[in-house]
Amino acid sequence: MAPETLVWLIPVPPLLAFFLIVLFTNRSKWLSHTIAVLAALLSFAGSMWVFVQALQNEHLGESPIESIINWLPLGESWFQIGVLIDPLSAVTLFFVAWTVLMIFIYSVGYHNFGQPQGDHDVPGLPPHGASVVDEQGHKHRVLSIEPLYSRFFAFISLFAFGMYLLVVSNNLLTMFVGWEIMGLCSYLLIGFWFAKPSARAAAIKAFMTTRIGDVFMLLGIAFLYSATGTLNFRDILYNENVLLVLGETPSGFLGLSVAGLIGLLLFIGTVGKSAQFPLHVWLPDAMEGPTPVSAMIHAATMVSAGVYAILRMFPLITADFHGHEFTPLMIIIGTIGAFTALFASTIAVAQNDIKRVLAYSTISQLGYMVAAVGIGAYVAAAFHLVTHAFFKALLFLSSGSVIHGMEHGVLHTDNHHLDPQNMFNMGGLRKKMPVTFWTFLIGGFSLAGFPLVTAGFWSKDEILTDAFLHAPLVFWTLAGAALLTAFYTMRQITLTFLGEPRTPEAEHAHETPWTMILPLVVLSVFAIGFGWVGVPGGFPVLGHRLPEWFQEFVGETLLVAPELPAFNWIPLLASILVSIGGLSLGWLLYRNVKAGQSDPLQNALGSLYRVLQNKYYFDEIYQFLFVKPSIWISDVLVSEIIDRGIIDGFLHFLAYISGVIGNFFRNAIDNPVINGIGDFVGETTKRIGFAMRVIQTGKIQQYMVISLVIIFGALVYFISSVGLP
Amino acid sequence: MNFFLHPLTMVTFSPLIGVLVLLFINREQKNAIRWVALTTSLVTFGISLWVFAQFDASNPDLQLVIRLPWIQVSSWLIEYHMAVDGLSILLILLTTLLTPISILSTWTAIEERVKDFMIFFLLLEVGMVGVFLSQDLFLFYIFWEFTLVPMYFLIGIWGGPNRIYAAIKFFLYTMAGSILMLLAILWLGIQQGTFNVPDLVAMGGIPADIQLWLFIAFAAAFAIKVPMWPLHSWLPDAHVEAPTAGSVILAGVLLKLGTYGFLRFNIPLFPDAAVRAAPVIAVLAVIGILYGAMVSFAQKDVKKLVAYSSVSHLGFVMLGLFALNSQGVQGAILQMVNHGLSTGALFLLVGMIYERRHTRDMDAFGGLWKVMPVYGLITLIVSLSSMGLPGLNGFVGEFTILLGAWGAGNPGGILGSYWFAGLAALGVILAAIYILYMFQKLFLGPLTKDENRNLKDLNWREVVTLVPLLVLIFWIGLYPAPFFGVMAPAVEKVVAVFQTVAVAGLP
Repeated sequence: MAPETLVWLIPVPPLLAFFLIVLFTNRSKWLSHTIAVLAALLSFAGSMWVFVQALQNEHLGESPIESIINWLPLGESWFQIGVLIDPLSAVTLFFVAWTVLMIFIYSVGYHNFGQPQGDHDVPGLPPHGASVVDEQGHKHRVLSIEPLYSRFFAFISLFAFGMYLLVVSNNLLTMFVGWEIMGLCSYLLIGFWFAKPSARAAAIKAFMTTRIGDVFMLLGIAFLYSATGTLNFRDILYNENVLLVLGETPSGFLGLSVAGLIGLLLFIGTVGKSAQFPLHVWLPDAMEGPTPVSAMIHAATMVSAGVYAILRMFPLITADFHGHEFTPLMIIIGTIGAFTALFASTIAVAQNDIKRVLAYSTISQLGYMVAAVGIGAYVAAAFHLVTHAFFKALLFLSSGSVIHGMEHGVLHTDNHHLDPQNMFNMGGLRKKMPVTFWTFLIGGFSLAGFPLVTAGFWSKDEILTDAFLHAPLVFWTLAGAALLTAFYTMRQITLTFLGEPRTPEAEHAHETPWTMILPLVVLSVFAIGFGWVGVPGGFPVLGHRLPEWFQEFVGETLLVAPELPAFNWIPLLASILVSIGGLSLGWLLYRNVKAGQSDPLQNALGSLYRVLQNKYYFDEIYQFLFVKPSIWISDVLVSEIIDRGIIDGFLHFLAYISGVIGNFFRNAIDNPVINGIGDFVGETTKRIGFAMRVIQTGKIQQYMVISLVIIFGALVYFISSVGLP
Repeated sequence: MNFFLHPLTMVTFSPLIGVLVLLFINREQKNAIRWVALTTSLVTFGISLWVFAQFDASNPDLQLVIRLPWIQVSSWLIEYHMAVDGLSILLILLTTLLTPISILSTWTAIEERVKDFMIFFLLLEVGMVGVFLSQDLFLFYIFWEFTLVPMYFLIGIWGGPNRIYAAIKFFLYTMAGSILMLLAILWLGIQQGTFNVPDLVAMGGIPADIQLWLFIAFAAAFAIKVPMWPLHSWLPDAHVEAPTAGSVILAGVLLKLGTYGFLRFNIPLFPDAAVRAAPVIAVLAVIGILYGAMVSFAQKDVKKLVAYSSVSHLGFVMLGLFALNSQGVQGAILQMVNHGLSTGALFLLVGMIYERRHTRDMDAFGGLWKVMPVYGLITLIVSLSSMGLPGLNGFVGEFTILLGAWGAGNPGGILGSYWFAGLAALGVILAAIYILYMFQKLFLGPLTKDENRNLKDLNWREVVTLVPLLVLIFWIGLYPAPFFGVMAPAVEKVVAVFQTVAVAGLP
């Protein structure tokens, strides 16, 4: 099969799986997950094959795998859509295929396939466990299967379809389609346990917040189309003349060029999707969804899509950048990215929920990538995107495994008031869940950028180096964020796995089934190994001994391959220092936390800790500034006052006036005058008739006399008038 | 061709045969009446497909023309002149499709005076199809006014508690606008000597200031029908009080008579005025988009919410039309169809839950997804289509409209500012808010009300009424090319006239 054809087919299996499950197999849990996993496997195989083809093509940047069809006629021309595999989409496809497949497999175990139906489980709520009686007659509480098991696999398949579609698109329109389908799936999956009010609220919040960004993106797309007449990536982004014109035409807005303004609109889409400040608020709440969903959203698909989009649009964003002075748009992007990276990591420090810490770390890491794009570090941003996807998927799945193990303990003690996600209820899990411990450790160290061995180190170091050379302020911000990252990661590892169990539930935690363990192990390999394909050539000792493949391969995507930053000792040392320093600090501070003890940081930070724990009160501020006023405007101002008061009121006033005028006519003209005349005529006739009645006697003789009199009279009149001689 | 056998005559008047049959059926035989009405409307739909088969999509001109002299008053000739082109073909198919669907939806909902109901319904279909096909202004006006009467009775007899108020408001409001249009039609007939629309368009030559007055007179009738802000206030009352089938037709087709009127008459007949009026109409359209969305959000009654959302959606259509470029107008026509499908389906869905619970108050529900999974899924799909999710029909229409509006917003373009497209896009966000708000109120959350615990999911008849709409929702969303292909040449012809005017009008 030609690679182009195969690329078309990559997104298809998950979509088919979605429809098959929804329409036909939703009653069979086994069949549903088999179809979904099989579909993921097919897409995976296709992706790998295409990836290998892409690797063998030495000039993939110049002659990518592309195929185009006509989609809709607009005026006299056709709007075309198609698929494109260039180096950037090839590497993205690689990590998406791996992580998606692992998440699918993991979901089978996570939703307790093979376990009995729950005693009191209802659709729309998480399973609460079942009672079984074993051969000896002992009663046990065990985990129960998710009631909406099939639905989960249907939705998550659609999610995968959206991401694959986005990655293989050769144009902004189909990319946007995939983008929005993911938005929908995030809504459906965050609200998967829809009977929980908190999940319902989180779902709508996620969808709305990202949609605000999406609409700006849509406008950016419309602008780009009206400026260039196409939405095809290659026609715009691989075309020097188009970029030159767009970059040189002023837009008259904030001193941006047309390219800058379009780029800004598209970037706002990324701010929403990748949860950058100020649209970051949806992401932590998105933890309401089942853990595989968190991994899906935070690593494999949705938030990566945001960064992927600005990487795609990089030539446009930098169209008027000539390598010296940052353009206004780049300054905006760099500032938002760097600020988000630091800001989110401060919040992560004070969170107690194991998944929420990871949520904020996602926001923070995405900030790194966005900042990298802002300072023009294209390759470094792409590198971090890939490594982050691997280690963050690993971390989420591991944390899901931890929660799963804790739920096991909860069933054992039957204490349902205990929060199985609160890290202060854990401790000592390394002995209970050894595999999960190691995989979590690998993921965490990769996130913290533990030197040399982990993938996260290499990609983060590359961003820091670039920032150090071109934008020192960004460098210091990111270095600070890296320190905090290492610190909260170690806090998390220490609280969860080290020390002694702090609750009986943690005491009875249990390692998870192989369907969950296998994906963890596979992802661990990438969380370490993927860093070694992109070791900078100038790196001491290791440089040129290990490949610098990633930089060379992905750099090809651009018209002019970017210059890689020269090696510099300062960012390297800083990188090592903050990583090791943060990790040690975290261990020192949390290694002795006992049951019931409060967070040691709470004493150190005082009221600042409360602010951090409440996420700087952003939810409350937004509620006050935006949500409440909007509700008031639509409920009271527009609906009550304008619509029913003024507009309908005016109509009713018109009707009233017509009524008044009508009544006036009736009382002042109709009744006295017109009716008066009518009545007068009638009345008079009646009176005359009444008067005449005297002659209506009914006697023939009298009539004869009257007739004769009249005839005689007429005769007299006639003769006299003719005037007889 | 023979008058009776001409496809356009047949598609317009075939419902009358059903009416004739119904007259002879005993009013107690309700099922027989229903079947006759359904069969008639299906036959009409079949005929419309036959018309479509004969339609040549690549031809931008009027086709299947039938032109017979009808009334001769001194030198003025009123003709029976009908024809179809790319501007109207999709709307005719939409009308003939929605009619049987609506009739099917009344199967258990209408029990009183079934015979009268069906007769009015079929008469309504005659009027609507006639409006889309007429090419003689006088004939058009007759059909236009004719649609009012059956709808008046449908609302007034089978409507909700406040039906009399709603019916009268509907009738008077639309009537008031039509009077102005009648004057303009008479002026055209007297001054230009003909009522023939294609001739009038070809003739042109109406001075610009008079064009503006005529434009306004026609616009008065159409803007009320659309309805454009601030002339919309008849709509929520009529929609809410009308029986389900009436709401479906009202939203699905009757509103399109207004937008179609702008496209068929205002724009080609008065091109100079259209260019001058475009920014004003676009402002009203954008206000309508935002305003409709905001009022929707404030509603507690599901049906009212859907009704107000029409104001918002039709705002998009108007914005697209008066972008006066091919993307905008094509998007607008497609959006007319889309709105008919999605809002029609939404009204059907609201009707289905109303039949079960006899309330439409959103607070009376919650957690329905658990008891009615099929109903929940279909509502979700339709809602998403209505809020313009990519992959479904609404997005394609909104997207092309935005492209058109943005293109017209280029400096020196018809609209001259990007703000139109920008603010309209804000409506997309608002749409998501009120639609998801509705969905969550109805379907998500805990199931707290006892009345809702034993609700029956959709039966086969109900699913059948919805399936054609769902198929089209997906079809248009995934592969809209055939739909655009049908209208593209005709739209190109309309806007081609335009661009010259627009460019000539530039400084």
